[in-house]
Amino acid sequence: MTQQQTAGPPSAGHADLAEEFLDRQTPLSRIRNLLHRYPALSPAIVLLIAVVVFGILNERFLRVENLSLITQQVAVVGTLAIAQTLIILTAGIDLSVGAVMILSSMVIAQLAVSNGVPGPLALVAGLAVGLAAGALNGFLVTRFRLPPFIVTLGTLNIFVALTLLYSGGSTVRGSAMPGVLTWLGSTFPIGPVRISTGVVMMLLLYVVVAFILGKTAWGRHVYAVGDDKEAARLAGIPVSRVLMSVYLAAGAVLAVGAWIQIGRTNAASPNAGVDLNLDSITAVVIGGTSLFGGRGSIWGSLLGALIVGVFRNGLSLAGLDVLYQTLAVGVLIIVAVSIDQWIRKVKS
Amino acid sequence: MLSSKAPRPAATRLLAAGAVLTLGALSLTACGGSSSSSSSSGGSTAKIGVSLIVKTTSNPYFVAMEDGAKKAAQGGNIDLKLAAGKSDGDEDTQIQAIENAISSGDKGILITPNGPAVVDAIKKARDAGLYVIALDTPPDPASAVDITFATDNFAAGKQIGQWTAAQLDGKKATIALVDLFSDKVVSVDYNRDQGFLTGLGIDTADKTKNGDEAKTGKYTGGKGGDYEIVGNQASQGAEDGGRTAMETLLSKNPNINVVYTINEPAAAGAYEALKAAGKDKGVLVVSIDGGCTGVNNVKSGIIGATAQQYPVKMAQLGVQAIQDLATSGKKPTVSAGLDFFNTGSALVTDKAVAGLQSIDTTAASQICWGK
Repeated sequence: MTQQQTAGPPSAGHADLAEEFLDRQTPLSRIRNLLHRYPALSPAIVLLIAVVVFGILNERFLRVENLSLITQQVAVVGTLAIAQTLIILTAGIDLSVGAVMILSSMVIAQLAVSNGVPGPLALVAGLAVGLAAGALNGFLVTRFRLPPFIVTLGTLNIFVALTLLYSGGSTVRGSAMPGVLTWLGSTFPIGPVRISTGVVMMLLLYVVVAFILGKTAWGRHVYAVGDDKEAARLAGIPVSRVLMSVYLAAGAVLAVGAWIQIGRTNAASPNAGVDLNLDSITAVVIGGTSLFGGRGSIWGSLLGALIVGVFRNGLSLAGLDVLYQTLAVGVLIIVAVSIDQWIRKVKS
Repeated sequence: MLSSKAPRPAATRLLAAGAVLTLGALSLTACGGSSSSSSSSGGSTAKIGVSLIVKTTSNPYFVAMEDGAKKAAQGGNIDLKLAAGKSDGDEDTQIQAIENAISSGDKGILITPNGPAVVDAIKKARDAGLYVIALDTPPDPASAVDITFATDNFAAGKQIGQWTAAQLDGKKATIALVDLFSDKVVSVDYNRDQGFLTGLGIDTADKTKNGDEAKTGKYTGGKGGDYEIVGNQASQGAEDGGRTAMETLLSKNPNINVVYTINEPAAAGAYEALKAAGKDKGVLVVSIDGGCTGVNNVKSGIIGATAQQYPVKMAQLGVQAIQDLATSGKKPTVSAGLDFFNTGSALVTDKAVAGLQSIDTTAASQICWGK
């Protein structure tokens, strides 16, 4: 049955070696093992292919200005995807990420513009809003043992309503804000490329969170809790405390996202971020993180966000209708989850 | 490579390798790109790039606009790209579409702005040399774009107000005003409402404020007579909102005989409320829009008269303007006495009145929204 398989050219020479390991070690299952071990591998391949294809379709796609633009376009959703990854790793899901970010951004902007609060203090208040929102979600999940989906569906509506009540539906212009609030919208040159400080901030967050997840006991606990809550508890991990800290950390990341959002649009708008909750889940899922928890990589989520950004920008430059972009993203999600399901079969 | 454990450091290393590979391929294709793409993308380089960015494609009004742009682009040397917000008010997606238009080297952008946050991106586009035309909705501030192509909503409101005055024939008017919003102020809302009252011959006090006029008095339109305004209610421009608004107003005063509505879906909702209250006969319902559905409602007598606007024309003229600009350098100019280009409106009714120009529903349904 091995010779029937046509995939995986590199493994052809190791056929006998493979038979020593497992009777079912076909080239296909070897790829599966590889993907299982490195969850960020498949999104990296997809991104590579997408970039090459769109580069061939339109010469403008690969211009440095355009590539820099794509990173700016994914800065907000990429940041939200960090928070979303943390929560999905614990086998949860957060539908309120966009709403928390917008609430935080409105508080930051309103305090600074209407109440004359100094910029840095307004940012601290925004951080407090993010943490409070995270604490509320975490409290409901850990104390009342409600499913995160339901908790955040509820808080999504609460935060959206609070945002509109607080802002009165009106947008705060960036020109009225202190410079520090819109600082993450500024750009600086590196050679011929202009890099946005908001993008740098997002990448910094990724580095920090990747380090914490990979190198600290807390990071290990997050994976353990997501993989098997009961086993984690028996191993002496304080499950509730870990979950609570994850929601708090997510809230803090969302507050930084609010700062990036203000810089990006040079305004704080209560209408922004309608679908950011779903967009961030999309990025995480395409990035290879399992919705069942315990498996995935934070870098995958960055790749996932970039893939969506590359598809939207590339299809747009290729002159395709916006509805086809949405269609393509839908196909990507289903393919990504199918791959995840297939990879999970590796565990017996 | 087949080492059993050690997951994370290896993963990062692999990822780094992947990233390097991506960058390598990137630069490779970047070099090869210039030579190969000219053949693969055909003659698109010589075409004039135009991006049409509407509020949302879930509204037939904007779909009609897209169709108009497509038709206008067919004949000329135009490379038309379509984009839209995910919902009304979605500024983020519009901002991305504006950036993509700049990036793809477009000559101009046609946009129905979803909110004030897009203004910054529009400025970037204009700084990059793109000509930006707002369609239907002027941005805030209106000077953010090069020019706006829109309906003169005040004039459209005036048309249906004058028609109402003529129909009343000196009878007392008990007026219900079904507006768009109550929680925010938008120009289309007060321009139509105040235009209607002006056409009817009622002093509107502040022309940019709904509901500040005297509640009772005399109207001077037509033969003139007494009037009473029952109230202003918001409909969100939709059937369900229109119905609720009308129900509220009817419970305030069941003798309403004049109903102004912000658009035809709101009018259809208001009519349902009138019907449920047994008041659907003898009430003058007027509206603004002129979509095929709305015109049909005029034909069947649900709406007495509507002012038809021309979104299809807005898009066609927009595409044309950018083509002219690219080929001959000619810029469009605003209509006399206005700060925008008026794409016009026509009174649609099957009960024409003397001295007031109008078209009947048969003619209007052939050109609904200007198609």
